[in-house]
Amino acid sequence: MSGSSSRAAARRIWGLLYRHLALYRRSWPRLLELAYWPVLQMCIWGFTASFLATRLGNAAAIAGATLLGGVLLWEVALRSQMGVAISFMEEMWSRNLGHLFVSPTRPWELVTALLLVSIVRMLGGVLPALLVAWLLYAYNLFALGPVVVLFFMNLMMFGWAVALGVVSLILRHGAGAEALAWSVLFGLTPFSAVFYPIAVLPHVLQPIALALPSAHVFEGMRGVVLQGAVRWDQLIAAFALNAVWMAGAATLFGRQFRQARLRGALLSIGE
Amino acid sequence: MNGIRVSHLTKRYDDTLAVDDISFTVPLGSTVGLLGGNGAGKTTTIGMLLGLLIPTAGTIEVLGHDMGRERFPALARMNFSSPYVSLPQRLSVAENLRVYGHLYDVPQLERRIAALASELELVDLLDRPAGKLSAGQKTRVALAKALINRPELLLLDEPTASLDPDTGDWVRTWLERYREESGCTILLASHNMAEVERLCSDVLMLKRGRIVDRGSPQDLLDRYGRDDMEEVFLDIARDRRQAIPA
Repeated sequence: MSGSSSRAAARRIWGLLYRHLALYRRSWPRLLELAYWPVLQMCIWGFTASFLATRLGNAAAIAGATLLGGVLLWEVALRSQMGVAISFMEEMWSRNLGHLFVSPTRPWELVTALLLVSIVRMLGGVLPALLVAWLLYAYNLFALGPVVVLFFMNLMMFGWAVALGVVSLILRHGAGAEALAWSVLFGLTPFSAVFYPIAVLPHVLQPIALALPSAHVFEGMRGVVLQGAVRWDQLIAAFALNAVWMAGAATLFGRQFRQARLRGALLSIGE
Repeated sequence: MNGIRVSHLTKRYDDTLAVDDISFTVPLGSTVGLLGGNGAGKTTTIGMLLGLLIPTAGTIEVLGHDMGRERFPALARMNFSSPYVSLPQRLSVAENLRVYGHLYDVPQLERRIAALASELELVDLLDRPAGKLSAGQKTRVALAKALINRPELLLLDEPTASLDPDTGDWVRTWLERYREESGCTILLASHNMAEVERLCSDVLMLKRGRIVDRGSPQDLLDRYGRDDMEEVFLDIARDRRQAIPA
């Protein structure tokens, strides 16, 4: 790619990002909605953990720390996934996709912009929850060490892969698939071993958990909390699985985008 | 070079033949009308010209670019306006134009927005949300978006649909002036026959996915022995009478 075409691509990505930033600048309910659920989750589980710690002592305090870490980190995956899927649907709801797809914007530029929007949305949701955890329960996720950044990266990538799958389904099935944007990752929560080890799951379900990058992240988090050691094997497994999930999601998106152009779905999507 | 060159273009959806082996050219600098009743294949044809739809067969060349292989360079040099595609309603007019200015990599964007706002009488609307505009104001904003990149080819899908006669006339006058000043090539899909007569140098009549007649509005009036294009349109749409052989 030449310098001028790279610059033009960067400008198109900025244009798409600007579109969403301008939307949030104009709408305080949208900003509030970003933080509402993560903060609410943190309040519910934080008070639960505090209650258990005061009644049951040190073991419950450690369990509470893994619980709060799980809640906060799972929000990273959830907000990343919703950030991509809902931002795509914002274009669909505003009947703007036709204009976007007849502009010189390449599909990869659109996807890159959606990922950047999702980072902004995820930070807008998770940072207030982190602050609440620190202020109300003196819980600091970053006390786990720099490895938290790697946990964040993996969960964001997993959220993005799932979101690209959701967007692909919306391209295939139209507005009828939009409920998946809110629900699909919740369905993977039991297999992601957010609050308990994979070993707790029945044997038949464990292969499903092992195929999810998120389950390895949470095993890694518990390793740090309970043993004070970074489980590099789990992190490597998470990154490797994420590479497979992202490649699969990108292939699916590319295929469904082409199918949408063959079927004429880009002319009518969202209607 | 032609603005558009279409060869044996066909689009089939399962058992339905939406566009059936059509060929036409739109010379640079001309304004050509694409006419036809509902389901005639206009939207499908425009969708293929814009790269939104992959043809089943045939080729499309836009401003010298093969749309099958290099659609993005062509898309950067063209633009599109339709009342059936919206701009984000909650963004202001200026923000919408800024977004599309970035997407089309427009140099000196703020100056371009100011110039378009002045030409299209949008200066007082720049800070208003796009969703709070009247139909006429929305049409002017859609035109500003379509002209943000100074397109060499403009595809207009019913640009004056749902406008009152005064606003519709304002838009048509503005388009005439813009075409003269810029030399822009325009493909216009419309159900407004007076608009077609006024703006188009040539007309393609589509029916059931095929081009059933073509020519200048005056040629068509002469051939069908009619006084206005509306009657020609009805003759073709209802198979009422055949063109008188020249």
